[in-house]
Amino acid sequence: MGKTLFDKIWESHVVKTIEGGPSVLYIDRHFIHEVTSPQAFNGLRKRGMPVFRPQQVVATADHNVPTLNQELPIREELSRKQVEMLVKNCAEFGIELYGLGHPYQGIVHVIGPELGVTQPGMTIVCGDSHTSTHGAFGTIAFGIGTSEVEMVLTTQCLLQSRPKLMRINVDGQLNPGVLSKDIILYIISLLSASGATGYFVEYAGSAIRSLSMEGRMTICNMSIEMGARGGLIAPDETTFDYMKGRQFAPAGETWEKSLAYWKTLYSDNDAVFDVEININAADIEPMVTYGTNPGMGIGVSRNVPDQSSIPENERGNYMKALQYMGLKDGQPIKGQAVDYVFIGSCTNSRIEDLRLVADFVRGKQKADNVEVWIVPGSKQVEQAARAEGLDQIFEAAGFMLRQPGCSACLGMNEDKIPAGKYCISTSNRNFEGRQGPNARTLLASPLTAAVAAVTGHVGDVREFI
Amino acid sequence: MQQIKSRTVPVRMENIDTDQIIPARFLKATSREGFGKNLFRDWRYENDDENSPKADFPLNDPRWSGTILVAGKNFGCGSSREHAAWAIKDAGFEVVVSSFFADIFRNNALNNFLLPVQVSETFLQQIFEAVDADPATELSVDLPAQTITIATTGVSESFDINPYKKTCLINGYDDIDYLINMMPEIESFEADRAAV
Repeated sequence: MGKTLFDKIWESHVVKTIEGGPSVLYIDRHFIHEVTSPQAFNGLRKRGMPVFRPQQVVATADHNVPTLNQELPIREELSRKQVEMLVKNCAEFGIELYGLGHPYQGIVHVIGPELGVTQPGMTIVCGDSHTSTHGAFGTIAFGIGTSEVEMVLTTQCLLQSRPKLMRINVDGQLNPGVLSKDIILYIISLLSASGATGYFVEYAGSAIRSLSMEGRMTICNMSIEMGARGGLIAPDETTFDYMKGRQFAPAGETWEKSLAYWKTLYSDNDAVFDVEININAADIEPMVTYGTNPGMGIGVSRNVPDQSSIPENERGNYMKALQYMGLKDGQPIKGQAVDYVFIGSCTNSRIEDLRLVADFVRGKQKADNVEVWIVPGSKQVEQAARAEGLDQIFEAAGFMLRQPGCSACLGMNEDKIPAGKYCISTSNRNFEGRQGPNARTLLASPLTAAVAAVTGHVGDVREFI
Repeated sequence: MQQIKSRTVPVRMENIDTDQIIPARFLKATSREGFGKNLFRDWRYENDDENSPKADFPLNDPRWSGTILVAGKNFGCGSSREHAAWAIKDAGFEVVVSSFFADIFRNNALNNFLLPVQVSETFLQQIFEAVDADPATELSVDLPAQTITIATTGVSESFDINPYKKTCLINGYDDIDYLINMMPEIESFEADRAAV
């Protein structure tokens, strides 16, 4: 029987399997940030342990950082202290830090790939659930808790049970205006917010193959939103082209050797998955969420489901979600007014996302009733956007191009959506309060967000192309 | 950890994500302690004000008490923040019962000696019915026997737990100790890989 891509990587990283228990899994790369690492460093100090392999750890500050005036001290005291603590911990334990002011600073899941730190065949962890992003390169990448951060800092290993495997095949031609964000929102709407719990998901099929690395990262990023431990895509020419010449990618002889290995990373024809799902790309339209978990999404031309279509035992929760959102069951989602547009986060803040938005808004003006925040995923993305003149297009349209960070994705830093306001957001979570207490989030693709930015409401991008 | 017998705090919601358990704005501490007071913060208080508890939220309702939290399916989904497990533990809970747990939360809970007990949907509804009928109803959780029992009705169900994790919980071992003891094997694994 053939092997899956997942098993090829997994098996080459198992140090030992405990009988009737988990495996000791070796971790190649460990990303850390300011929020989920301080208690882990405290643990090291308590045990008197060093960081075992500091050269395999990369740190950045992203969750707490302001996205305006980053050259000034962080105003919020606790945020400032947490970022300062990261600086201190990295210095003390010998870890490379791309902190505020560094040309490589940015959202951890944006900088790893763009620097070439993320490479096919690796095991990658970070104290952040969206670590699944790195799976786009054919890696086993998943989010961990702080106790596990401490384990990896101490031993470069984790105790993990092998998950079940699911493959989702998306085949056929995508409709115009449909982006990778729409594919993943569609998949989550089919499977629900818990439908892939216990699984690692491989995404395959011609529609997935047709995507750029940025598009693939968006898909893998949101694997966790249906409960999956992670998602991955077999590396191919698109991956290799992206890797070549990156700062920390292999070069010269090592490149050839790496490439030969990377080309073995695919699921064999006769590999078996626990679950396999087939999706026709043509069935997917631009998606928007209407509820308080990412599984509550619909095509933009559809109506918010009528409560009679919801199973009776789930109706209470369903109506509670709609009440929070201030939406009525059965109403069209198209035409829903929004107050804020947030284009950013580890899901959609890469240069390709910014280019798509800039192309769409060129020569257009933002609607009077909305505020538009464009938050690049990294200093490098910001720099590229400015070099290409995207900043001027945004400025002319009345948008604000800010500085890199997690920003309004999670209501932790200064960028919060006020209570009761609607935000169409390219981020990954529409949970209650996620973007600020009582803020209302509609998840969508960068193009659908751009439509809302210029019209002031949820619209169908297909009417503009 | 062996046997736990306690009344319950039932939170009858599904898909409780870790942003509800502990909102991101409370993740700025650099120690593991003190998160309990912000557990379920935005469901617990009106307008983010500790002086305005929402009377109908179970943590504010004197009928409910004890060290066993009971919640609807897909508990702990979303963010990987271990602060969610710390907050629940810090608020005095030893067990969380649900019909389904998100993977990262389950690991985080186990790493903090907070026991996630996954029961069938039917059994979960039986718990809710029993505590509705009598809020003083106690649940007994027997970790060595891997059973959970509703004291008033005597109805019982067994639950799964990884045998390795069970040993850890019963004896108070954690994964870090195990891994540190494996350091020589980890180093030879690295050497073997480098040689390929």
